[in-house]
Amino acid sequence: MRELQASVIADAVEKLCMDAAYYLPEDVKAALKARSEQEESEIGKYILAEVCENYKVAAEEQMPLCQDTGTALFIIEMGQELVVTGGGMVDAINEGVRRGYTNGYLRKSMVAEPIFERVNTKDNTPAVIHTEITEGDGLKITLLPKGGGAENCSAVKMLRPADGLQGVMDFVVETVNVAGGKPCPPVIVGVGVGGTADYAAYLSKKALNREIGEHNPNPNYAKMETELLERINKLGVGPQGLGGVTTALAVNVEYFPCHIASLPVFVTMNCHSQRHKSIEL
Amino acid sequence: MAEIIKLKTPLTDEDVMKLKAGDVVSVSGVIYTGRDAAHKRLVECLERNEPMPIDVKGQIMYYVGPSPAKPGQPIGSCGPTTSYRMDPYTPTMLEQGMKGMIGKGPRSKEVIEAMQKYKGVYLAAIGGAAAVIAKAVKTCEVITYEDLGAEAIHKLEVEDLVCFVAVDAQGGNLYETGRLPYKKD
Repeated sequence: MRELQASVIADAVEKLCMDAAYYLPEDVKAALKARSEQEESEIGKYILAEVCENYKVAAEEQMPLCQDTGTALFIIEMGQELVVTGGGMVDAINEGVRRGYTNGYLRKSMVAEPIFERVNTKDNTPAVIHTEITEGDGLKITLLPKGGGAENCSAVKMLRPADGLQGVMDFVVETVNVAGGKPCPPVIVGVGVGGTADYAAYLSKKALNREIGEHNPNPNYAKMETELLERINKLGVGPQGLGGVTTALAVNVEYFPCHIASLPVFVTMNCHSQRHKSIEL
Repeated sequence: MAEIIKLKTPLTDEDVMKLKAGDVVSVSGVIYTGRDAAHKRLVECLERNEPMPIDVKGQIMYYVGPSPAKPGQPIGSCGPTTSYRMDPYTPTMLEQGMKGMIGKGPRSKEVIEAMQKYKGVYLAAIGGAAAVIAKAVKTCEVITYEDLGAEAIHKLEVEDLVCFVAVDAQGGNLYETGRLPYKKD
């Protein structure tokens, strides 16, 4: 058994929130640069150049890349031989979010209840936390700050097994097409296939954490990712939906076994400000 | 890219009518911020036959909820939010004399019709270029609905905020036509 103080987790999460908001990951920078060179639309080129300038300014001035610093969405991979002492795990994560969003001048975007009052919690808590139990005594904390505009374009479809590959591909492409300029293209598309409706949703979030350019190890799914990206970039949506050949930077697909009757597909849309950062404690 | 047209607020009908979807503009002067919650309250004022707390005649509303300002800065990161969420309130705002909107993403048919009727223009700023956009903001003060935090109505003084004319007052719509040359097979 390994012991880990809750305060160590809170401190690490505080820093993680700020770093994720200020510094665009290298894989996203590289993808934006590469796509800028291929863009054909004049407005599209201008937008991509401004987006590249933006990540430089944000890092230099330690300002959020986007004013929407998102729902603090965590994926926690926690070893079964790890014991958190001196406080609760969930409390420690929320304490880190509270301090990170306050001390880092990040926007607080959470309301306490979604329909009736919608009062801001003023510290961006609570975080949305997904947990996976792993072997050993490690702790890996991944933060995906999830902006509202892109998340609003996410979609689920419970396909019939007979709909197969074509059905899945068509649904993903149509989701990006319908979203148009709303999710701040060029987007990163996370796709979860299989499991149950809720698990496919989780897989689609997990897919967003995969580095751009890295493919699913299953060659069928890797091929699907490449073909989806090609089809999406032929839609014409372009940067910010104003036209062009850069509609998506990547499509990442994750899958899980599923019921004989089912073929769930969940598409999570993310903007070009694809913030994702992990730490191990 | 096309030559940049300079726009100074407040806008006149004439300013609006000369703009065409696809034009590039740079906005200078006073603009007001507002998102879902503030728009809801503004329109509710009218429903109660009360005046709105800001006079929107000739003004531009910028759909943004900024990040908090760091000490010494007028504002934090402040890129546009997705505009369609304001669509239910927009025809009323245009009827009240609002001339322009800055946001991102497509608008509803009702909004586009109201823009033609009342002569309004919809400008797209670059979503996610929020740190760069903050540099165009010279001053920022909360005007009303302070309890809404980032969603309060702020008065901003901006200098050369670059935007694209996304929908013009003749119904020209870059979200529909912009993609046509790049749509393949």
